[in-house]
Amino acid sequence: MELGRKWVQLVIAFLTNGYWGFPATRTIYQGPLKVVCAPGLNCYSCPAATTYCPMGALQQLMLSIRFNLENGQYFLGWYVLGCIGVVGAFLGRLVCGWACPFGFIQELLYKIPTRKFLVPRPLRFVKYGMLFFLVILLPLVVVNEFGMGITWYCKYICPAGTLEAGLPLLWLQPELRQTVGLLFYNKLALLVFFLSWAVVASRPFCRVACPLGAFYGLFSRARLVKLQLDPAKCTNCKACHYVCPMGVKFNESPEDAECITCLACMERACKFDAISLTVGGIPLRAGEVRKIVVEKTE
Amino acid sequence: MVMKKKKPIQKLPFVVLLFFLLLFLAGVMSGEPSRVLEQSWQICLSCIGIG
Repeated sequence: MELGRKWVQLVIAFLTNGYWGFPATRTIYQGPLKVVCAPGLNCYSCPAATTYCPMGALQQLMLSIRFNLENGQYFLGWYVLGCIGVVGAFLGRLVCGWACPFGFIQELLYKIPTRKFLVPRPLRFVKYGMLFFLVILLPLVVVNEFGMGITWYCKYICPAGTLEAGLPLLWLQPELRQTVGLLFYNKLALLVFFLSWAVVASRPFCRVACPLGAFYGLFSRARLVKLQLDPAKCTNCKACHYVCPMGVKFNESPEDAECITCLACMERACKFDAISLTVGGIPLRAGEVRKIVVEKTE
Repeated sequence: MVMKKKKPIQKLPFVVLLFFLLLFLAGVMSGEPSRVLEQSWQICLSCIGIG
């Protein structure tokens, strides 16, 4: 299953970054697919990006709400919120584990053989602050004389944007190199920091600083597809603690907002069949479904 | 034939899904997709820390 997940990550990374004409055109994709929401964090200024980044689009809509309303345009971000809300209600943070290109990059970096460290659990709350302040509140509230704000998260933090858009655009359009300043070097330092951290710790950016992960995490109790614990079968052996890439103690908090449904605990750790993948509360594993049928006919 | 135990279908995810689906449709009705498309066709240099 782990190999299958890697293939899914790779295919989705290529689908959301499938415009390979950019070395010739020297610009970004400008086709109709850009109305489709990328499920994971994937900068839409990336030359290869075929879809829009939900966090980037949400900030763009937030920062222009006042301006739009004054001009009689009722763009309140419902379309973008609706798109990521539907994905979140279906899959929640499963997206992080299966469909986010930046998560995939971090997983590959973590395979580099070095000494590994844990990510302190309280740091997970930082990403909720990023979502609330940098993605929603500041773009909405801090505006210039024309009523326009700025994309705080993209501009000052997003390492995915620096990797996928900033660096490739500097390569494609050499004239832009003259405009590079402290802001870009600051973002570059953040990118190097998170990529280096990903070598020695599992998915640090997803756990600490990803606002999209924070948004999907809000659906941990209300998502359709999720892992479920059978307390009757669980022996509290804690085997699930050691395989989780997000530091979730599944037997203690089966609805943890950090769970990315990578299935490592179910496939590689639990020997007692206590963890199952469910859709709307109904187990997906063949054994579990068979058991329900048997119970019904007894 | 006795039905011993039935795993209930969770309703909350469907309610949440419906809510966001309606939000999505409201966004489509207000013409937001064209706005999103317009934005995503442009390279926002300041958004990626350049310029």
